[in-house]
Amino acid sequence: MNALDLRPSPGAAPLWRQVVAQARMESRLMLRNGEQLLLALVVPVLVLVGGVRAADRFDLGFDRPVIDVLAPGVLALAVMSTSFTSVAIATGFERRYGLIKRLGASPLPRHGLLLGKVGAVLLVQAVQLVVLTGVALTAGWEPDTSRWWAALLCLLLGSAAFTALGLVVAGTLRAEATLAVANLVYLLLMTGGAVLLPASTYGGFGTAAAWLPSGALGEGVRAALLDGRVDASAMLVLVAWTAVGAVTTARTFKWE
Amino acid sequence: MRVPTSSPAVEVDGLVMRYGDKVAVDGLSLRVERGSVTAVLGPNGAGKTTTLETCEGYRRPQAGRVRVLGLDPVRERRELLPRIGVMLQAGGAWSGVRAMEMLRHVATLHADPLDVDALAERVGLGDCGRTPYRRLSGGQQQRLGLAMAFVGRPELVFVDEPTAGMDPQARRSTWELLDELRSQGVTVVLTTHYMEEAERLADQVHIVDRGRLLTSGSPLELTRGGGRTTIRLVVTRPFPDGAPESLQAELGPATEVRQLDAVSMLVSGTADSSTLGVVSRWCEAHGVLPESLALGRRTLEDVFLELTGHGLGG
Repeated sequence: MNALDLRPSPGAAPLWRQVVAQARMESRLMLRNGEQLLLALVVPVLVLVGGVRAADRFDLGFDRPVIDVLAPGVLALAVMSTSFTSVAIATGFERRYGLIKRLGASPLPRHGLLLGKVGAVLLVQAVQLVVLTGVALTAGWEPDTSRWWAALLCLLLGSAAFTALGLVVAGTLRAEATLAVANLVYLLLMTGGAVLLPASTYGGFGTAAAWLPSGALGEGVRAALLDGRVDASAMLVLVAWTAVGAVTTARTFKWE
Repeated sequence: MRVPTSSPAVEVDGLVMRYGDKVAVDGLSLRVERGSVTAVLGPNGAGKTTTLETCEGYRRPQAGRVRVLGLDPVRERRELLPRIGVMLQAGGAWSGVRAMEMLRHVATLHADPLDVDALAERVGLGDCGRTPYRRLSGGQQQRLGLAMAFVGRPELVFVDEPTAGMDPQARRSTWELLDELRSQGVTVVLTTHYMEEAERLADQVHIVDRGRLLTSGSPLELTRGGGRTTIRLVVTRPFPDGAPESLQAELGPATEVRQLDAVSMLVSGTADSSTLGVVSRWCEAHGVLPESLALGRRTLEDVFLELTGHGLGG
């Protein structure tokens, strides 16, 4: 048996190392979980491929190539699924299993835990972005890259808004309720929230949909990658949702 | 501010904690010296976990004062946490995380952690290192929780019911480990409702019941006293109704009979070998078959019974 030196030598690792460890751990668990992977990659790929196939048979009424309209929407959907649904469900169960409580007694401070979570979300989204962009380009996507940074900014702002909103759900409901609500909201926003399809295709509801975080995210990314345009109002809407989510989380989140 | 190292490891002074109108801790005071193993012993609901969690900084004292390593566990939490190790009563890991992955993760949060492989070997996690947490047995989850508590090489560990759900062998090896921690200078505070655990491990035992401290002392100090001896009777099948009263009548007022559970009774007082004979004849007359009938010195359990009038129920 290996001799174990149990003499005390207490101390916290540097914060950045703790945050990196936390982000790596959470992203690994997210990518290992079958249901989360389904949401993160399989559903977006199916929507992309299925949407393009369907457009071959039915006229969806776009005046642009279907893939050029769908691909930015799918990127937006992927960001929404990870930062809202995955974060809410994962955090809900972390509360349930006492993980957040246990880490609360570790050297990792709460802001470190939050930074780790953000890091994990960004890591997973980077994987999603690479895979989905690859699939879309293979399917013939020709994005307008003149304002690529605006698309990236919208994705980041959308990620912030949805993470904050995901934490509101996870921090107030029980784990099972969080699971149900996070999936339901995801489905509703995917079909009716102007994330995948332009708000203009929703008729009268389109104006309202653009005020939703899903609509703002979808519209902002489409404006950039479809028309090379910076949609400042979409970005402002996302900033506003981030603020609402963050303040509500700070007021209502229960750690146990 | 430099905290003098001479301050006790834990100082709880007049702690009061309520949940709604239920009082969980009712003016509790206790002290834990550095380098000792201290057991907080009491039945479920005695306020042990609440007290521990207040020391760990999870809860703010509603009244009274708590100092851990000379620090305020709430106000100076960030300074305190790296120096202590915590084992929760249950949970504390992701359900899909592998045992070793979890241990390694907690190790990474510390500056100078133990060698995780050697530690896993030592606590008996060697062959389930790749098993997801949710598939670990209760005992394995306990061992992982224990390893997580001191992987960061703390000065002080709080372990809440460390051996609950462990088989006897794992329990013994956990005791050896806690012994070794003490010998290396780590202060150990544990809650337990196992008398044997407190008696075997602790330098100092604090007996609590209903949120109050009943008595403190070393196991020897607590069980000395009174020249009283006990007879413990364990039978193969549950006692018939009225058994303790009937046995009490046989024995007379010099001793006191208490039923501990369905199959065991404790006779305390000035018991000797003739008392043993009376008990044995009583068994024969009432058709109960003794599984064991032992004459012994006072145990912590006897002390507890005398102080509270009820058993530990576990």
